[in-house]
This record gives sequence, C-alpha cells and structure tokens, in this order.
Amino acid sequence: MKVTDIVEKLGLNVFSGHEGLGREVTGGYASDLLSDVMGHAEAGTVWITIQTHRNVTAIASLRDISAVIITSGEKPGDDTIAQSNEEGIPVLGTELRTFELAGRLYSLLG
Amino acid sequence: MTFEYKVQGGDFTHAGYASSQVKKMLKQLGVDSVVIKRVVVCLYEAEVNIVAHARDGIISIVLDTDTILMKLTDNGPGIANIEQAMQKGYSTASPEVREMGFGAGMGLPNISANADRFLITSEPGTGTALEITINLNSAAV
Ligand SMILES: Nc1ncnc2c1ncn2[C@@H]1O[C@H](COP(=O)(O)OP(=O)(O)OP(=O)(O)O)[C@@H](O)[C@H]1O
Ligand SMILES: [Mg+2]
Repeated sequence: MKVTDIVEKLGLNVFSGHEGLGREVTGGYASDLLSDVMGHAEAGTVWITIQTHRNVTAIASLRDISAVIITSGEKPGDDTIAQSNEEGIPVLGTELRTFELAGRLYSLLG
Repeated sequence: MTFEYKVQGGDFTHAGYASSQVKKMLKQLGVDSVVIKRVVVCLYEAEVNIVAHARDGIISIVLDTDTILMKLTDNGPGIANIEQAMQKGYSTASPEVREMGFGAGMGLPNISANADRFLITSEPGTGTALEITINLNSAAV
C-alpha cells in the first residue's frame, strides 16, 4: 500500500511533502514519545502522533518513516512543513483522535 | 576521518543535524541499513540529551574502515548517578521538554541497546562525556 492510498481511504489532509505520496507503507506506529518512536518504529511505517514540531520530521527522516499523521486536528509548525517538503516525507492530518485513526489504519493495513 | 559538530543547549530546531549528516555519509559509503539505523538511534539520542539537559556540546565522529566512534562531550550540569540515569523511565526533563514528547527516560537505554560499546562518564557541575562505538561490518547477525 502507498501513502496516497491511505490518504484517500482515510480522508486525510495533505499538509506537505507531496513528493513522497508514492512511498510504500508497511505498518504503523502510534506514539507521542519521541525516544519511543526512535527506538521502536520500523522503517516504512506511518507514524501517528499529536506532536507537530520539527523534531517529528527529523525523526521521520532519520528512521525512514514513510509518512506522519497528525491527529486531533492539530497543525504542523512552519519548520516541520519546510523539512517535510525538503525531504518528501508527507505530513498528513485528521480530525480523528489517535485511537480512532489507529484503528482504521490497522484494519486498512490488516 | 574525523568530523566535528557543535551542539547548542536548548536549540531544539537544529537537534538531529549531526545525526542526519552522519546518516548521509554512511549511506554513501554503502553501510548496511540496519547498522546505519543503530548509529542514528545512538547519535540522535545523545545529541538531543545535550540539547535537553546540558548547555554547549561537541560531537566528534571518528570513522574507520570497520568502526564508527562517536564522542559527545558537554559542559552541562553532569549526571550525579549514572546507574539511575541509565534506567528506563528515569528522566529529569523539564515540563516544556516533556510537552514536546521528550523525557520518556528512554534515550540512554536506546543507546545501550544499539551500541556495540557504550561508555559514559560525568562530573556533576562540569559535564558529561559519551563514547559510543558501533562496528560497521556487524550487519549479518
Ligand atoms: N548530557 C547530559 N547532561 C546532563 N544530564 C543528562 C545528560 N544526558 C542524560 N542526562 C540525565 O539522564 C536522564 C536520562 O536520560 P535519557 O536520555 O535516558 O532520558 P530523557 O532524555 O530524560 O528522556 P528521552 O531520552 O526519553 O526523551 C535525563 O533525564 C537527565 O537527567
Ligand atoms: Mg534523552
């Protein structure tokens, strides 16, 4: 499955990083603790979080995360958007809360 | 080859710069992606610890044919009890730093789990020094 399929099926906003919409997705990881993601998220996953600052895209880039989904209607910061565009890592958004979004993504990837 | 990077305490927008430079370099050298991942986890956690807990720091990367040595020294408050700091979940991060999602007390355990050799020395009131070594050819485990 590609990032773009997830955007379409879950009705997500695409804030930035459009260039990376064709990236392959192999799983998901939901966490707002950065060192938890750093230590445990696999490459190729979609990261679900309410964090919006630039360290999110920094970690996504370092750990080869396919895309970031920001939940609860939060918006990414300007420098988060800038890095997302530079590196082609899509930053997506939803009004849903992490629990509901993770559930839908889980069934989608099932 | 030796490379140096400066780290500024409190500057979260540039945290991860050295890690991303080193990642690019190792990728160009064709190092195995699992090994790169381990290097990146160690260096990022050590880098962010300087930003979150110390003042100025210097990172020096010594790249050899079969190892990478990452030395990080800072002039922060130091760590009084290293054994305690190494425990999963122990953190003295400020409320502002926690709000950003740091402060889970998992950084140093992440380094331990990913390094082939990890030394930490610290003098309270003076600073902290980390030496992290990873074998570049240890891919096939
Ligand atoms: N360079 C440093 N200078 C001073 N204290 C440090 C330094 N690095 C770590 N510490 C101390 O060790 C504790 C544990 O560090 P560790 O990286 O495991 O967790 P954390 O940084 O608090 O949270 P996380 O890494 O999960 O975001 C810190 O909270 C801090 O008290
Ligand atoms: Mg830490």
